[in-house]
Amino acid sequence: MERLLPLLVLIPLGAAFLIPLLNFAGCRIRWRVSEAIAVLVAVAMVLISFGTFGRAPVSVWLGSSPGKSELLGLTERSPAAQATAARPAGVEIDEVVPGSAAAAAGLEPGDVITGWRSPSDSEFRPLRSINELRRENAALRPGSTIVLHVGRGGRSLEFNLPAGKSVTGIAMFGDGLTRMLLAMISVVSLAAVLFSLNYMQPYSKLHLYYAALMLIIAGMNGVVVSGDLFGIYIFMEVAAVASCVLVGFGVESVELEASFKYLILSAVGSALVLLGIAIVYSLRGTLNLAQIAAFTQHAKPNDALLLATAFFLAGFGLKAAMVPFHGWLPDAHSSAPAPVSAMLSGLMIKATGVYVLARLVFNVLGVSAAVGHVLMAMGILSMVVGVLLAVGQWDFKRLLAYSSISQMGYVMLALGVGAEALARGTAGAGLWTDIASLAVFAAMFHLVNHAAFKGLLFLSTGSIVYRTGARDMEQLGGMGRAMPWTSFFMRIGALSISGLPPFNGFFSKLLIVVVVVWAGHWVLGGVTVLVSLMTLVTYVKLQRHLIDGETPERFRNVKESPFFMQAAMGILAAACVGLGLFLPLLKPALFDPSAQALVQQLSGYVTFFFGG
Amino acid sequence: MIHNLLPYMMAFVIFAVGLYAIAVKKNLIKAIIGVIILEDAANLFLVLVGYRVPASGEPIPPIIIARTGAGRPAADLLRNAVDPLPQALVLASIVIGLAVVALLVVLALRLHQKYGTFDLTEISKLKG
Repeated sequence: MERLLPLLVLIPLGAAFLIPLLNFAGCRIRWRVSEAIAVLVAVAMVLISFGTFGRAPVSVWLGSSPGKSELLGLTERSPAAQATAARPAGVEIDEVVPGSAAAAAGLEPGDVITGWRSPSDSEFRPLRSINELRRENAALRPGSTIVLHVGRGGRSLEFNLPAGKSVTGIAMFGDGLTRMLLAMISVVSLAAVLFSLNYMQPYSKLHLYYAALMLIIAGMNGVVVSGDLFGIYIFMEVAAVASCVLVGFGVESVELEASFKYLILSAVGSALVLLGIAIVYSLRGTLNLAQIAAFTQHAKPNDALLLATAFFLAGFGLKAAMVPFHGWLPDAHSSAPAPVSAMLSGLMIKATGVYVLARLVFNVLGVSAAVGHVLMAMGILSMVVGVLLAVGQWDFKRLLAYSSISQMGYVMLALGVGAEALARGTAGAGLWTDIASLAVFAAMFHLVNHAAFKGLLFLSTGSIVYRTGARDMEQLGGMGRAMPWTSFFMRIGALSISGLPPFNGFFSKLLIVVVVVWAGHWVLGGVTVLVSLMTLVTYVKLQRHLIDGETPERFRNVKESPFFMQAAMGILAAACVGLGLFLPLLKPALFDPSAQALVQQLSGYVTFFFGG
Repeated sequence: MIHNLLPYMMAFVIFAVGLYAIAVKKNLIKAIIGVIILEDAANLFLVLVGYRVPASGEPIPPIIIARTGAGRPAADLLRNAVDPLPQALVLASIVIGLAVVALLVVLALRLHQKYGTFDLTEISKLKG
C-alpha cells in the first residue's frame, strides 16, 4: 500500500502534464486521445482506491522517517519574569512527551534547561529558546549526544540528550477515513469523466478540459492523502485553481463572472488558511500533522492555538461553503458544465473543505466545547439558509447548489455534536463517547451519501440541459415521457436527498436527527426535521417541474441522452441504492474505520502514525 | 519569546487592507490588487514567524567565509540562522499566488471583452 498512495497523486498529475504535449497532433485527435487518457486514469483511480481496502492502513514517509523515540518531545513554558535561584534563566519545560528522546534522557516537567554543550566542550552555552535546542539536536551526527545543564528544584544536573532526527520528508497516510474518501472521489470522478464524454461535445479545446479535470482529481487525492499541512495547502490550491478554470470553461459572460468571484473568494480562504498554518508552525515547530498532534496531546490549552483554529474554521469553512462564506457557491456551481458541477458539489467542498476541517479539529488541534459549538452553529445556519434559498429558485442548477450548502450544514452539525460530546467526556467508553462515535459516523455517512446523490442530480439535470438547452424550470416540464431513463435516475436522486427509505439519504438523515436529539439539543433536532421537510418540498418542486407535468411545445421531440451519460448516472444511482440497502455490510468495512479514525482523536492518530 | 509584537500586528493590518479592497471596491482590477495584498500579508506573517533572535544579539549575515578556523562560522550560522522552513512555504505560496493572479487577470480581461467595463455593478448578471 505504500506504493499506492503516491500513485494516486502522481498518475493524474502525470496525465494532466501529458495532455498538453499532444499539441502537435490535429485537434480532433487531441480531443479523442485526451478523452481516452482521462477514462483510463479514472478507471485506474477506482481500482487503486478500492485496492487500498484490502491492505492494512499505513503511513508513508518519503524522506527520513523518525520513530517517536527520536522526537525531541518537549514543550516549553513561558519564561519567568525574573530569574531566581529556584527558577534560573533558561527554558522551563512544560510537558515531556512520553516515549520521546527527552523522556528517555530523564527530563521531567518543571526542569529548567539553562545551557548546553557538546561532550568535548568545557563551557556551557546559554539556551534561550526551545527552538534552539531543537535545531541543535537535529543537527548532530547520529550517535553523538549533547549535554544539557538543567536546574531542578534548586540543584543543577547534567543530562545526556542523544541526537534526534528532524523530519525531512513528505508524509502521506491512508487510514480509514482517507480510504473512504478516496473511494468516494474515484467513483464520482469516474461518473463525471464518463458523462463528459458526451456532454462536452459542443465545447472546443476539450484537451484542456480533461487536463484540468485530471488536476482536480490529483489535487483532491493529494489533500486527502497528505500527512502534513504543507501538502494539504499545496494540493488544495492545485484543485482550487483547476476548478476555477473548469467553472469558466464555456467562456460566456455569466460563467466568467462566476469563475472570477469563485477565484477571489477561494484566494481569501487560502490566505486565511496560510495564517492559521503560520500560527500552528510557530507554536509547534513542525508542519507534520502527527508531530503537531504528539505535541498538542500533552500541552496546555493555548490561546494562540484557538486563534489558529478560528483561522482554519474560516478558511476551510469558506472552501466548504458554510453560511457566512457561501457567496461563491451558487454562482460557481450553477455556471459550470454539468459534470464539473457534479465534481465540485460532490467532491471539492467535501475533500478540501469538510474533510480537512474534521481532520484538523479532531486529530490534530484537539476538540473543545467552543469549537464544537461553532461547528454546530455554522451547520445549523447553513442548513436553514441553504434550504430557504433553495426553495425559491427557478433555475434548477442554482436550486441544487443551494441545496448543497444545506446538506453540508447537516454534516457540520453532526461533526459539531460529535466534537462537543468528545469535549465533555473523554475517558474511555461512556455515554458521551458513544454519542460522539454515532455523530461522527452519521456525518461521514451523510458526506458519502451526498456525493452520490448530489452528483446524480447534477448529472441528470445536466442531461436535460444537454438535450433541451433550457435551465429554467418554468419553461420545462414533462421530461418523464421524453427521457425515461434520465427521469428515473433523477427520481432516485431526488428521493434519496429528501430522505425516503430505502435510499441512503433516509438512513443518514435519520441518524443525524437521532444523534442531535440524543446529545440533548432538542431545538436543533426540531430544526433539522423542519429542514428535512423543506428539502422534500424543494425536490418535489424539482420533480414536478422537470419530470411530471405537461411537455411544452418545443420540447416534444427531445430524445433520451446518449449511452455514456446514462452509464454515468447509472453508476451513481447504483451507489445511492447500494449504500442504503447494503448499509449493514458496508458499515464495518467502510464507515466504522473512518468514524474511528476521528473519534480516536490525538492519541490514536499519533499511535497510528508512529506505530506506537 | 516574542519581544516585539508590532511586525505581527502590521501583517494583520495589511491583511485587513486587502480584505477591504476585495469587499468594498467596485473595480475588478482593484479587487485583484486586494487579493495580491492579502496574499502578501499572509506571506509576510509566515516569514515573521520564522525569525530567530541571534545569540550574540545582532544578526549574522548568511555568508560563510571560511569553512574551518576560529569561531566555527558554519556552525555559528546554523545556530543563529532564521528558520528556513517558513521561507520554503512562502516560496510555494508565492508561486501559487502567481498562478491565481494570472488566472484572475485573464478572467478580468475576458470580462472586459464581453462587457466593455471593469465595473462590478455592471457585470453582475448572476443574482439571487
